[in-house]
Amino acid sequence: MLTKKNTRAAWIAVLALATAAAWPREASADTVLRIGMTAADIPRTLGQPDQGFEGNRFTGLTMYDALTGWDLSSAEKASVVIPGLATEWKVDDADKTKWVFKLRPGVTFHDGSPFNADAVVWNVEKVLKQDAPQFDASQVGVTASRMPTLASAKKIDDMTVELTTKEPDSFLPINLTNLFMASPAKWQHFYDKAEGADAKAKSQAAWTAFAKDAAGTGPWKMASFTPRERLELVKNASYWDKARVPKVDKMVLLPMPEANARTAALLSGQVDWVEAPAPDALPELKQRGFKLYANEQPHVWPWQFSRVEGSPWNDIRVRKAANLCVDREGLKDGLLAGLMVPATGTFEPGHPWRGKPSFEIKYDKAAAQKLMQEAGFGPNKKLTVKTQTSASGSGQMQPLPMNEYLQQALAECYFDVQLDVIEWNTLFTNWRRGAKDPSANGSHATNVTYAAMDPFFALVRFLQSGMAPPVSNNWGFINNPKFDELVKKARQTFDPAARDAALAELHAASVDDAAFLYVAHDVGPRAMSPKVTGVVQPKSWFIDFSLVSMK
Amino acid sequence: MLAYIARRIVYVVPIVISVALVCFLLVHITPGDPLVAVLPADASQELAAQLRTAYGFDRPLPVQFGLWLMRALHGDLGNSIATGRPVLAEVMRAVSNTVTLAIAAAIIGFTMGILLGLIAGYFRETWIDKLATSFAIAGVSVPHYWLGMVLVIIFSVQLNWLPAVGAGPGGSATWAWDWAHLQYLVLPAITTSVIPMGIVTRTVRALTGDILSQDFVEALRAKGLHERGVFRHVIKNAAPTALAVMGLQLGYMLGGSILIETVFSWPGSGFLLNSAIFQRDLPLLQGTILILALFFVFLNLMVDIAQAAIDPRIKRG
Repeated sequence: MLTKKNTRAAWIAVLALATAAAWPREASADTVLRIGMTAADIPRTLGQPDQGFEGNRFTGLTMYDALTGWDLSSAEKASVVIPGLATEWKVDDADKTKWVFKLRPGVTFHDGSPFNADAVVWNVEKVLKQDAPQFDASQVGVTASRMPTLASAKKIDDMTVELTTKEPDSFLPINLTNLFMASPAKWQHFYDKAEGADAKAKSQAAWTAFAKDAAGTGPWKMASFTPRERLELVKNASYWDKARVPKVDKMVLLPMPEANARTAALLSGQVDWVEAPAPDALPELKQRGFKLYANEQPHVWPWQFSRVEGSPWNDIRVRKAANLCVDREGLKDGLLAGLMVPATGTFEPGHPWRGKPSFEIKYDKAAAQKLMQEAGFGPNKKLTVKTQTSASGSGQMQPLPMNEYLQQALAECYFDVQLDVIEWNTLFTNWRRGAKDPSANGSHATNVTYAAMDPFFALVRFLQSGMAPPVSNNWGFINNPKFDELVKKARQTFDPAARDAALAELHAASVDDAAFLYVAHDVGPRAMSPKVTGVVQPKSWFIDFSLVSMK
Repeated sequence: MLAYIARRIVYVVPIVISVALVCFLLVHITPGDPLVAVLPADASQELAAQLRTAYGFDRPLPVQFGLWLMRALHGDLGNSIATGRPVLAEVMRAVSNTVTLAIAAAIIGFTMGILLGLIAGYFRETWIDKLATSFAIAGVSVPHYWLGMVLVIIFSVQLNWLPAVGAGPGGSATWAWDWAHLQYLVLPAITTSVIPMGIVTRTVRALTGDILSQDFVEALRAKGLHERGVFRHVIKNAAPTALAVMGLQLGYMLGGSILIETVFSWPGSGFLLNSAIFQRDLPLLQGTILILALFFVFLNLMVDIAQAAIDPRIKRG
């Protein structure tokens, strides 16, 4: 039995324990922004991040710069390409495969070494020149596919570099946003110290060491790195763009793949910012004063139609009917709790590549039914279509319930939708193989979401006939001479405004042809503590952490 | 005893090779592209083929297995496709975090389980037994990831007493047994402990009840042995079976729980497996499964030897 004295001692112990538990966990004079990412691991830190654009967002655009960058300063305007480490660029008038980039003077890497033409050449060769000492196969995959025509780089003088493409390609400056400049001097330092049987082994060791102690030119510098646990970045006070010198002293990135865990971490004050909070927690987050941000992203949630012989989607009336039969507002307000933007194409009004399509994608069930009846279908003669999808997957939003919603919606327009649900990675693999491959399992459409940051990713790889498998992602073997002609025109138009106009023409043509069933754009939801201010969520996959302050 | 140990070690060799073969084949026969981790989904077939050759995934499966096994025998499990870091270092780091969690969960789960099991066994068919048994059933029945979330909601979100996620402050590479670290361990350890607690309770209860009903106990009592002495006999007779059960449970815990470690973002082997599966990082996946399987085999071996040391009848069998 407890005596009075013991009871008092026990209470003191409990109070002491509670006080210790409630004590601020990171007491410091520095301002620290702690972010819960959706990634299960810190994206690669060596210059070319993995984990898709989440990788670029957190370990690419923070520690590194590219020759060109994205304007992330506005939540209203479409995010467009702006000068980065290159101040200006121009294609050669005589040979359209050659580009000259003028480099920004006075920029240094975090290790103090200068950024110059040699550094650009070195960074191009790290992913393109197989016999270069710094060539790293592990960085090729995430780079080469994002700038498919870049062939080589040559120094003209210290501040000028010439890049060559395999064919005339006006998209190059946009593609170059994906090539991050790592410090050659720092890598060389590690290479010289590395032990290995041969140059390849030394190179690999140097990259491994570089990833732990990286140096780019970006607004954030690596401070400490614990794989799979956290990455600490500190502000680069001498960043070349004074407007983008970070306003907080330190940013801590924490991998938290589970949505409920991220939300709990935010609610308990363990982090200040989470990506993609659990959707059912949004009301509580709002009620407790947390701020929510969302904006249309360059992302499309579509059905990509098969256009092989015998496909029901070869009839444009059927394609248009499907596009008119989906109540996207209902999908948004019901199933997705507001976390989507209804898609009326790959690009929405206001985007420079939108154009002026004459076919208006909207919910008009009567018009859809009429089109289907004209095509020979009706309540007693339904059109069976099969779509391949996955139950989950990065960027896929809520594929299964969303497809079930489409299944019900399209049933009202005389479609009988059958879903072939397969594992996410398998769906990806099948995507590359195309609609004619046995792996398509007889499907008439595939449901893989796509990024629409650059013209190649957004349009060309789907619409150009030459991009059919095994070359790229024209899964449905679209073969439309008009698209081919417009792709060529856009690629070979080097004046930025004229190129944008050509892309707008291509996009409008694709909408008029109802090339896809356009359903939704993701909105990149994120939630944060009221202490976090200055956040601008642009219409982009990316965000500028430099603008963020902590109260 | 030495002969017994040697025989058990020899038995382990084919098991280890079979485990290696199964874990190699399992990740290879599943559909999908092994280069998902480094290759964007929208990369061309041409680039995919180029990298497939660079990583050796275009070679016949037996050749790949042979090379992988040879390297593994030399302690080289290759590099993670996704991160480029050596698989062995990745796995060992994760395993050390899981071991920390498993030790804490084992201390809680086994202590509670033995205690409740003995109480329930001694007081069979009383309300005390029913209460302890209900507790044990709840332990094995409640989905542990759900329990984890409930604990987080109460102790992190509502009371703000304990961290909701992570394995320690400041990303320090080494674990320390101080409150700054221990506070991160409390909730995942309690969550992890409920299943072993329930299983151990039920096992010890059954064993205790069974032993207490045997004639030799009556004989001991009739000879005038006091209850403490009888209790010692009960413990001694129950120990081998209980130890086997606890060994298995410890094995499961050392394997890490994908669900618990994901709920708490605890960077252990379960979290690593989740990440490797999600990224389809084949070398990491194979290495993690292999190391975990070896741990399991090793632990079983240790349990067998410990059982034999406690109960001489086992050696004869």
